[in-house]
Amino acid sequence: MSILIDEKTRVVVQGITGGEGTFHAQRMQEYGTKVIAGVTPGKGGQTHLGVPVFNSVAEAVEKEGANASAIFVPAFFAADAIMEAADAGIQVIVCITEGITTFDMIKVKQFLKGKRCSLIGPNTPGIISPGKCKIGIMPGHIHTPGTVGIISRSGTLTYEAVDQVTSLGIGQSTAVGIGGDPIVGLSFTELLKLFKEDDGTEAVILIGEIGGTAEEEAAEYINKEFQKPVVSFIAGQTAPPGRRMGHAGAIIAGGKGTAKEKMEALDKAGVHVAKSPAEIGQKVKDVLS
Amino acid sequence: MKIHEYQAKQILYKYGVRIPKGEVAETPSKAREIAERIGPNVVLKAQVHAGGRGKGGGIKLVSSAQEAEKIAQEMIGMTLFTHQTGPEGKLVKRILVEEALDITRELYVGIVVDRAKEAPVVMASSEGGVEIEKVAAETPELIFKEYVNPAAGFLGFQARNLAFKLGLGGETFKQAVKFILSLYKAFEATDASLAEINPLLITKKGNVLALDAKMNFDDNALPRHPEIKEMRDLDEEDPLEVEASKYNLNYIKLDGNVGCMVNGAGLAMATMDIIMHSGGMPANFLDVGGGVSEEAVKNALEILVSDQDVKAALINIFGGIVRCDLVANGIVKAAIEIGLKVPMVVRLEGTNVDLGKKILKESGLAFYAAANMKEAAEKVVPLAKQQERS
Repeated sequence: MSILIDEKTRVVVQGITGGEGTFHAQRMQEYGTKVIAGVTPGKGGQTHLGVPVFNSVAEAVEKEGANASAIFVPAFFAADAIMEAADAGIQVIVCITEGITTFDMIKVKQFLKGKRCSLIGPNTPGIISPGKCKIGIMPGHIHTPGTVGIISRSGTLTYEAVDQVTSLGIGQSTAVGIGGDPIVGLSFTELLKLFKEDDGTEAVILIGEIGGTAEEEAAEYINKEFQKPVVSFIAGQTAPPGRRMGHAGAIIAGGKGTAKEKMEALDKAGVHVAKSPAEIGQKVKDVLS
Repeated sequence: MKIHEYQAKQILYKYGVRIPKGEVAETPSKAREIAERIGPNVVLKAQVHAGGRGKGGGIKLVSSAQEAEKIAQEMIGMTLFTHQTGPEGKLVKRILVEEALDITRELYVGIVVDRAKEAPVVMASSEGGVEIEKVAAETPELIFKEYVNPAAGFLGFQARNLAFKLGLGGETFKQAVKFILSLYKAFEATDASLAEINPLLITKKGNVLALDAKMNFDDNALPRHPEIKEMRDLDEEDPLEVEASKYNLNYIKLDGNVGCMVNGAGLAMATMDIIMHSGGMPANFLDVGGGVSEEAVKNALEILVSDQDVKAALINIFGGIVRCDLVANGIVKAAIEIGLKVPMVVRLEGTNVDLGKKILKESGLAFYAAANMKEAAEKVVPLAKQQERS
């Protein structure tokens, strides 16, 4: 089992004719993802990577039955692309693009209110249900089908965690990068709710980082309603306050959002908190045995 | 991105926020000339990117143009130390010369984006002139908040709510409402991440002015605001960080002696953490980006080794889709070109990892290979300590 995407998911790639779009759409096809259309305004009617290119997402939905989207358009056009996908009725929107402004995301979140769609990202490696579907830029080959759900604010750190569990013989149900920006689509808590309902997920790895309060909110939810075991690591224990650590969202502001606070909140909620990133895999093995 | 107080005031003035009369001086004679025009009583304010300037001697009140020149002589070129400058202090290159105003009340108004609520929040407090974090921690009931509805924007009644709660009335109330609305307009129009007026001044006559002003901006939005991007003061930043930003690398200088170079921000932070757990301290945060181009690796390595505090380095690359042999080639080439002076532990993972390791091994350079993050950290920390001693 998996959450949000599976072997039946039909993906349209927004920005498919661009360099990034082309490269990663190909990798997704190789992985077995049903990439069924592309969208590049003005290039409708062409065929690219063996799939039809449309001028709008609505056409891709109407003609090819797209129900998920992968966005690879430049930052200043990405907010528009997300809202277009939502308007067209796409259910799972994965925005890979990095560098969207905070005000654009505030507008996007307002636009999405009341719509039946899930936004993943922006600034995310994407989402993968191993063996079934990959929407994003993560290396497919390090994943293996299984029962551990992964939610993370990072990219390569998620690969690290996946690699650790895979090499211990533990597979993943679905791995989701929620994105490294201050304002993103699905939160840790919303994804935990989905993993709670998924019979194919036995445990969850939650990888957070400094900045904001998403991890604290997740801890509160886990404490109240989440029964499955959770292993967590928070990156940025050595990060200085007031500095943006690469991700726009990773900043300790006004003394708030430190790794220590987050680790304590998770620990209190009964989460197995790994102090070192090297312990993530082993901790998962321990909670599953 | 941060800017100076005088720059923030210039921006705010354009949007209708009332500020004291004043100008910037880079020389004592200019300070005198400004004081002659707007004085005789003026305030001289050191322009550096740090708070707590008053306590550090960076804000001086003078009562004549001659005195303004004399004090400006002392201030321009001085190194200012405050709780925010760090032990190395900040060089004062220019001062803001402003009319001195009589003060009856000092209030606070600030705007930030509330991440949890996904909306800007306008905050006001009767406790101006002190650190707002302190007020928030000790007397949170003295901070009033209005969340902005993204569709409707910041509304008149919300500004009135804040002004009423600050206990203002009459002409002062009207001015404060206009002030807060203008401040929000500036915040939104410039894609700011912070706009803070502390203190907001009420004069004896009941006028409302921004005595101090601080603005930070969303880095992602800077391409939309070239006029703000130009306000960046590179002298306020670490030279290596400036160099790194030219190549789109995320680099932040830290206090330790283990240099690190990692692809991806999360993994870079995790690498710093594991160095600490292995008994060392990271000398920097350096994210070469998830994709790791050969060019990025070379530039990053150059920046890494030009930091004199780095005694050993850890390269941690989780290639994923990127081929490790390409990364290895990049590292070897860069190391030869730069002339590697410190021992380097390399952890590579991803496609073609064995080929990558072989390339490093056969290069004849002082690389130590590590199979995973833990081993890498445990190897690099003693190497740094050894190097430190010798």
